[in-house]
Amino acid sequence: MTALETMTVESTRTAVLEKQTTASALVDAFYKKIEADDPAIGAYLTLCKDRAHRQAERIDSLADRGDALPPLAGVPIAIKDVLTTKGVRTTAGSKILDNFIAPYTATAVARLEDAGTIVLGKTNCDEFAMGSSNENSGFHPVKNPRDLSRVPGGSSGGSAAVVAAGTAVASLGSDTGGSVRQPGAFCGVVGLKPTYGRVSRYGLIAFASSLDHVGPFGKTVNDVALILQHMAGRDPMDSTSADLPISDYASHIGEPITGLRIGIPKEYFGEGLDPEVRAAVETGIQELAKAGCEIVDISLPHTEYAIPTYYLIATAEASSNLARFDGVRYGLRERGAKTLAEMYRKTRDAGFGTEVKRRIMLGTYALSAGYYDAYYLKAQKVRSLLARDFDEAFAKVDAIVTPTTPTPAFKLGEKADDPLAMYLADIYTVTANLVGVPGITVPCGKSREELPIGLQILGKHFDEVAVLKIAHVVEHALAASTA
Amino acid sequence: MVSEKDVSYVADLAHLELTAEERVRMLKDLNSILGFIERLNELDTSKVEPMAQVTGRYSTKKDGDAFSYAMRADELRPSLPHQEAMQNAPQTDGTFFKVPKVIER
Repeated sequence: MTALETMTVESTRTAVLEKQTTASALVDAFYKKIEADDPAIGAYLTLCKDRAHRQAERIDSLADRGDALPPLAGVPIAIKDVLTTKGVRTTAGSKILDNFIAPYTATAVARLEDAGTIVLGKTNCDEFAMGSSNENSGFHPVKNPRDLSRVPGGSSGGSAAVVAAGTAVASLGSDTGGSVRQPGAFCGVVGLKPTYGRVSRYGLIAFASSLDHVGPFGKTVNDVALILQHMAGRDPMDSTSADLPISDYASHIGEPITGLRIGIPKEYFGEGLDPEVRAAVETGIQELAKAGCEIVDISLPHTEYAIPTYYLIATAEASSNLARFDGVRYGLRERGAKTLAEMYRKTRDAGFGTEVKRRIMLGTYALSAGYYDAYYLKAQKVRSLLARDFDEAFAKVDAIVTPTTPTPAFKLGEKADDPLAMYLADIYTVTANLVGVPGITVPCGKSREELPIGLQILGKHFDEVAVLKIAHVVEHALAASTA
Repeated sequence: MVSEKDVSYVADLAHLELTAEERVRMLKDLNSILGFIERLNELDTSKVEPMAQVTGRYSTKKDGDAFSYAMRADELRPSLPHQEAMQNAPQTDGTFFKVPKVIER
């Protein structure tokens, strides 16, 4: 068997299909590696060994009988702990759900298990996916496997870290304002946020319903394409899942991109962008030009308003979604309260961390009488302006290329006391959530300190194919230059 | 500017108690974040429609029919069994969730 660190979805499924290994042997090997390597990183919150072994045995018995194997047979994956898994502890990174055993499985996870993948465990994240560094986990922070003194990004830091560390072949995260793409960039892996409505949100613990997306992490663009393919599509359990056909995403990878028009928005290359990140992204853009793309300067004029718009809409939706955590039906209940109202307050005070309380407060304030028009409604109107920016840009170009993050991974603790500085880590990613377009991060180089740098590609609604094809060209060029 | 009174009022609405220390921090943070958010007022949005969600912007069908795919027949279907729905509850009597007394006699 090849080294676990280098295994891809493609190579793993091939190894299982060609009987070079068994699913059970893979599961054993990955758990051994997790036990050896994960304690220093802290990416896993819960391992679901019984579930993994049962699934591996199912795959192996199909193989033994000579039956057809499912397309992703035996591929060990990890799931961000905001996606429910029946019979397995599901915490959303919060103490308020410390002992919650999910009664059903999220659609994205169920579909991937039907496709033959094996869920090894649930990954650490910022509490309720609220954060950009994973330091807001209710349990413990995750460390960046590329440099243990740095954050892996957030909120899907654990899911990015397991792929970077090779303690899972691929993983699922969720992206509400950049929570797949930003940690993907920080950890040097590929991370995709599909179009809003492309992947069902059923079983995704809600943070901000109009912004939440499920998205895959992988070592390669081909891997995230394969994962997307097997979880995308209409789900009657999510009324916002689109009734549109799914492409055979992986089959388009490697196709020429000659003649595609790539927009470079000037607002994403201004003040605050680290010079090394800028240089690496510009090198990536040159590679796209070499591949025959037409590079077009564009403007997304309302970009500077995206973060304030996002933090009003996301917190308003969160304050409503998190009202359900009240100590009555599931999760923590603080003892000793004499009245129902007191029980709610004590439970929520004890169960939620600082950032979650801060966002609930901000969102409740923005929705409260007298402030609704000035804040929430205003933000919804600016959201329309941001959407218009993208409509106008996509009338001229096929895709947009930007840095994924303004800087490489920062140090643990560096921004922990300054919420505003932390929010600005999402400056290049939040708009795609507000507008719903697909976005991917793909590694495009490293800083002098050997920290990964990510390049982001944004596409038209439901045009994941273009985003993946372009990302593959960047990936291929980087591999050629570092070979 | 958010005042201490506003913090208390909003905490009540959100069913949060917050320690004295947390209230001081919250006052500072909310004012800093809202100060940053103020810049939205630079934009004239008097003629702009609010956008609550993105799915209305695209669909295979148009206008009134756009979400017809999301409709289903109004008929009884099995749902989460009672026992499974109760299994995570902090306190039950086997049939109902139990909470501290709501009405004083």
